[in-house]
Amino acid sequence: MTHINIAGLEVGQVIGSKEFLLTRDSLIRYAGASGDFNPIHYRDDFAKSVGLPGVIAHGMLTMGVSVQVAVDWVGDPGKVSDYSTRFTKMVDVDVTDGAVLVVTGKIAEIDNEKNEVRVDLTTMFGEVAVLGKAQVRVRL
Amino acid sequence: MVNPNVEGKQYPATEAYLVGREKIREFAHAVMSSNPLNFDVLPAQAAGYEDIIAPPTFAVVIQERSLATVLADPEADIDFSRVVHGDQRFVHVRPIVAGDELTSVLSVASVKFVANLSMITFNTEIFDAKKELVCTAISTLIVRGEE
Repeated sequence: MTHINIAGLEVGQVIGSKEFLLTRDSLIRYAGASGDFNPIHYRDDFAKSVGLPGVIAHGMLTMGVSVQVAVDWVGDPGKVSDYSTRFTKMVDVDVTDGAVLVVTGKIAEIDNEKNEVRVDLTTMFGEVAVLGKAQVRVRL
Repeated sequence: MVNPNVEGKQYPATEAYLVGREKIREFAHAVMSSNPLNFDVLPAQAAGYEDIIAPPTFAVVIQERSLATVLADPEADIDFSRVVHGDQRFVHVRPIVAGDELTSVLSVASVKFVANLSMITFNTEIFDAKKELVCTAISTLIVRGEE
């Protein structure tokens, strides 16, 4: 059980919004933590050699950071039963300024029988949505 | 181009991965979690878990190990330098908990071709030491063809 009462929820309701700053340090930390050492995430020369603008964030870092908005709301990461997304746009991380992601979660579906909700996440990098159909199923 | 004949191919189970507390903390820190259940044993136990639990995307660490076997498979013929991540899904039966010993079995769900791109979708089933399913990770990689 969580502190959230399903009866008080409405579709379209915003459950939270949070800003995350990804810096080059964040990418290196994520590389180490996840084991994804693809050099496009820490070497500009390599990233450019494969046609990218420069170092880009791991899609999985963006995915992992974004879900925190749903986790903060429900209070227990173990309540996330299903989480999916498409990686639609790249996040190029400036060497000095980094990249700011703004993540917003909204209730998209309420299943009273299962006591579950679907939260849809929007992750904006400037004017661009970088995740497509980011959907989180949360058990309440 | 990815070999379409690997569709349906199942790869051997990976060696057991022992999920350490510090690894979970390191990963949780990297994905900017501030949730106590990812860091502190007492609140995790108060919430009903044996130990601290991993963030929802931690299963990617296990998935990576399975994927490595496919990327090294000459039959699949995947050029990793041309790979981008298309989509990802994690379906959890339960969260991953520190102390879990996880093995994974990967199979190729589909291989599709669109224009100059190959799209290969993998299902990675992650089991605990009791052989019970913990999580299914579904991932699509997009391989750009030669120019």
